[in-house]
Amino acid sequence: MEIIVLVKEVLDPDLPPSKFSVDTKNNRVIPPEGIPPVISPYDAVAIEAALRIKEEAGGRITVVSLGNPSAEAVVRKALAMGADAGIVVSDPSFDLEDSYLAAHILTQTIRKIGKYDLILCGRQAVDWDRGVTGPIMAEYLAVPVATLARAIKVSDRSVRVERVLADGHETLEMDLPAIITVSNEFGQARIPSAWGVIKAVKEEIPVWSAKDIGAEDAQNKDNPGEGRLRRLYIPSYERKCEFLTGERPEELAAALVKKIYSRETASP
Amino acid sequence: MADLKGILVVGELGKEGLASITRELLGVARELLDVAEGEVNLMLIGEDVSSYAEEGIAFGADKVYVVNDVSAQEFPCDFYTHAVDQFCRKAGISLCLMGHTDLGRELAPRAAARLRGCICMDCVEIRSDVKEKEFVQLRPVFGGKAMAETASQRGVIQIVTVRHKSMSGFVHRSDRRGDIIDWSDQLQKGPVRTRLIERKTEEQEGVNIENAPIIVAGGGGIGGKEGFELIRELGRLLKGAVGASRVPVDEGWVHHNIEIGQTGKIVSPDIYVAVAISGATQHITGILGSKCIVAVNKDPDANIFKVSDVGVVADYKELLPYVIEHLRGASK
Ligand SMILES: Cc1cc2nc3c(=O)[nH]c(=O)nc-3n(C[C@H](O)[C@H](O)[C@H](O)COP(=O)(O)OP(=O)(O)OC[C@H]3O[C@@H](n4cnc5c(N)ncnc54)[C@H](O)[C@@H]3O)c2cc1C
Ligand SMILES: Nc1ncnc2c1ncn2[C@@H]1O[C@H](COP(=O)(O)O)[C@@H](O)[C@H]1O
Repeated sequence: MEIIVLVKEVLDPDLPPSKFSVDTKNNRVIPPEGIPPVISPYDAVAIEAALRIKEEAGGRITVVSLGNPSAEAVVRKALAMGADAGIVVSDPSFDLEDSYLAAHILTQTIRKIGKYDLILCGRQAVDWDRGVTGPIMAEYLAVPVATLARAIKVSDRSVRVERVLADGHETLEMDLPAIITVSNEFGQARIPSAWGVIKAVKEEIPVWSAKDIGAEDAQNKDNPGEGRLRRLYIPSYERKCEFLTGERPEELAAALVKKIYSRETASP
Repeated sequence: MADLKGILVVGELGKEGLASITRELLGVARELLDVAEGEVNLMLIGEDVSSYAEEGIAFGADKVYVVNDVSAQEFPCDFYTHAVDQFCRKAGISLCLMGHTDLGRELAPRAAARLRGCICMDCVEIRSDVKEKEFVQLRPVFGGKAMAETASQRGVIQIVTVRHKSMSGFVHRSDRRGDIIDWSDQLQKGPVRTRLIERKTEEQEGVNIENAPIIVAGGGGIGGKEGFELIRELGRLLKGAVGASRVPVDEGWVHHNIEIGQTGKIVSPDIYVAVAISGATQHITGILGSKCIVAVNKDPDANIFKVSDVGVVADYKELLPYVIEHLRGASK
């Protein structure tokens, strides 16, 4: 089983809002100082999924990250978790903000890798929260896709996916090769072992350029992407909070119940 | 590029007729016709969907295209992708709207890839800029820490998924007129690659969270399954639904179908009671539509208080038993 996992380097989603800032003039997020980017959490779960599939069915896991040269760090993290090989795709000509374009570049990368049975993605990259890369690639590559997987079972030439639904789940079956996007319900990503980390440090990670994958024209391709970003800003959801007072929990409880009842009757 | 006109709303069905998201989409579609021009088209796909077409017209559609086909159930997203792709090409649609639902999340990027359209996921607002002749979408990004406003491109189809409950629907008007067109025979089937084996509903505990007027939700500070019994009891007494943040779900104290937030349910009750929830942006983004937010947290600096209307600084273990006692007394 040849498995490719796509992983993206993102701003740490656990960053407190106070450390998050935006350059509103250029519509860009300002990377906070001293806080390194991380692997998008759902992508870590996708690696976990790949590792479990490999443990069951055997195979080889190749991790691909498109981004700045610094994306090497998230690839190394995947190697430390147990992936077999890694590739960074990076070129100054790429507009990394547009995931529609990313899907195109990643598709070219997959074509260059050549052989694969499964491509695993995260359900969404937690920077722009789009969740489009996997399904778009499925169209480009003309292979089946299942999104939001919480369980994956591969057999000889097909795969069964349990997909999370708002009110339950569905089981889908596809022939291989196929693309699957993995959701957090799949389970926790494993922590790399010390041995894994040591091994990963020594690994060669090639960097592929636009030319290497035949994506020199990616920017000008008939790729409308997300449209023009007109504005990026930090919203304010602040409300005026009325703190209830009372010395003892009994008093606070009484005040709270009163408040809830008055709100209840006030609402239409 | 070609002159694109009109809007397509990809319809979905709920337990009683059109899904509420579809009504919301029809409502917003009518407001966008100044830039979209043309008409509001609704597409309904499934087994015997014709019976819902009239309702679609009453909620704002000018034309309803029905595709009665049982195999739509067997290959859900593949089927929809072909149908949307074909329809948009034939009709020269300028804007395709769908819900940010189980279906829309997968259908939108696939249809966009086939149509080479602009794509915008999980929008909470969409409006038309008449001067620039473009659609403007607003969506939360970075887990709700920021908002991004994007504009469509003229001459390129715009494909948008809309977050549930972010827009109000069109008022139902039974005197609206429209056309119903059976499109079942016109649709040419494309390759199907993903087969549905089975679909299972996992019942939510208690009152359904998405339409409940009151929700009591517990967070990581609840500390375990036993603590959640207090949350449930409070929910019962207030005749509300029970919800949770991500931590109790990950810890396995509650089922994932009651998670609230970016990756869970989007709720907008009259009263939202957040107990021992810190107020991470990924959670807040799912509760912003609540009329009144009440927070109970032992940390006076917790972020949740910033977005709350009413705050109680207390240990929930000490507070809730008294609240429950009061409510029991009151209900007698
Ligand atoms: C990509 C991504 C998506 C996410 N999606 C979601 C989502 O959809 N929904 C969601 O909820 N989260 C989501 N999260 C997680 C989110 O970032 C937070 O980690 C999570 O919401 C924290 O849950 P919490 O506030 O309940 O728990 P904690 O962070 O553990 O906070 C517990 C709170 O309880 C208080 N507390 C502790 N003990 C008591 C007590 N005895 N009495 C009163 N108060 C007490 C503490 O002061 C603290 O404020 C997501 C995260 C990521 C990275
Ligand atoms: N630049 C990238 N490099 C590698 N994988 C990516 C990249 N962008 C997106 N992906 C993959 O596609 C998934 C969905 O991303 P998105 O569509 O941007 O939300 C991510 O979870 C990754 O698995």
